[in-house]
Amino acid sequence: MKVAVITFPGSNCDYDCYQALKTLGGFEPEFRWHRDEKLGDVDAVLLPGGFSYGDYLRSGAIARFSPIMEAVVEFARSGGPVAGICNGFQILCESGLLPGALLPNESLLFRSYDVHIRVETVKTPFTSAYERHQVLRIPIAHGDGNFHADEETLAELEGDDRIVFRYVDADGSLTPEANPNGSAHHIAGIVNASRNVLGMMPHPERAVEPVLGSTDGAGLFTSLRRHLEGAMA
Amino acid sequence: MSRFDVEVRIKPRPGLLDPQGKAVHHALESLGYDGVSEAKVGRLIALTVEAGSESDARDRVEEMCRKLLANPVTEDFSLRITEAPTATDGDG
Repeated sequence: MKVAVITFPGSNCDYDCYQALKTLGGFEPEFRWHRDEKLGDVDAVLLPGGFSYGDYLRSGAIARFSPIMEAVVEFARSGGPVAGICNGFQILCESGLLPGALLPNESLLFRSYDVHIRVETVKTPFTSAYERHQVLRIPIAHGDGNFHADEETLAELEGDDRIVFRYVDADGSLTPEANPNGSAHHIAGIVNASRNVLGMMPHPERAVEPVLGSTDGAGLFTSLRRHLEGAMA
Repeated sequence: MSRFDVEVRIKPRPGLLDPQGKAVHHALESLGYDGVSEAKVGRLIALTVEAGSESDARDRVEEMCRKLLANPVTEDFSLRITEAPTATDGDG
């Protein structure tokens, strides 16, 4: 399985994504530079976290006009699996592949610690290896993670089972304290209508082996592997 | 072609949570400035644009706002356009 990891100027989780794919096995990760115009023959795309273009203007606003993004949008529109993590989520919202926007955290503080998120749907290429309502412990590290969308969009996301992860406490309850950034409906991750594009603020690639403190993020990659194996079978 | 100075003012949409504005408002209150009912923090982008007319300049900058400068989900924009003084220092 070839997975393209896109590096923008200011990306800082590209090697983490690369390493997670290597560690978990079954993937051949390859970097693509933001100036590349072609993805080449790949099976999935990861947009990593970081501060592309210094977060100038708005997080993700300038990265979406990188030459490579045209190829990513085309890949996504043709049904290819694309996951954006943290800054990658912001880029996907700015590019219109996902609805909504990520505003500054309600606290105005950069939040960097482990949170609990609940798997809300397993009907995506990225979550099929989890149980519905499974609680994961995964780190976050962001200043602009406050998911916002109008009421109509939120109702659509809820109604179509497109909210993938929500911030919860360790017991899986939606307490206000468990929401680290003020996100509407405790949203930590969503998919697009055709379910092949995922955006999430927490960092599953930083939770894939015991030495990192949690292995709860591994399921995202094993789900993707299973999905791609199924697609090829 | 004329040159126009365009100020693009970008503000959080009404009703949208604006944590920066709230923090500024709170700080003003702590300094004893009462009577400020709201504070909003946005961005000002100053462009110099060459265009055939003021309305051409407006059309082009509005398109730039929709494409890049403002996020329609969270922000509103307004423009203030003035004709730039013509260069007279013979640099061309």
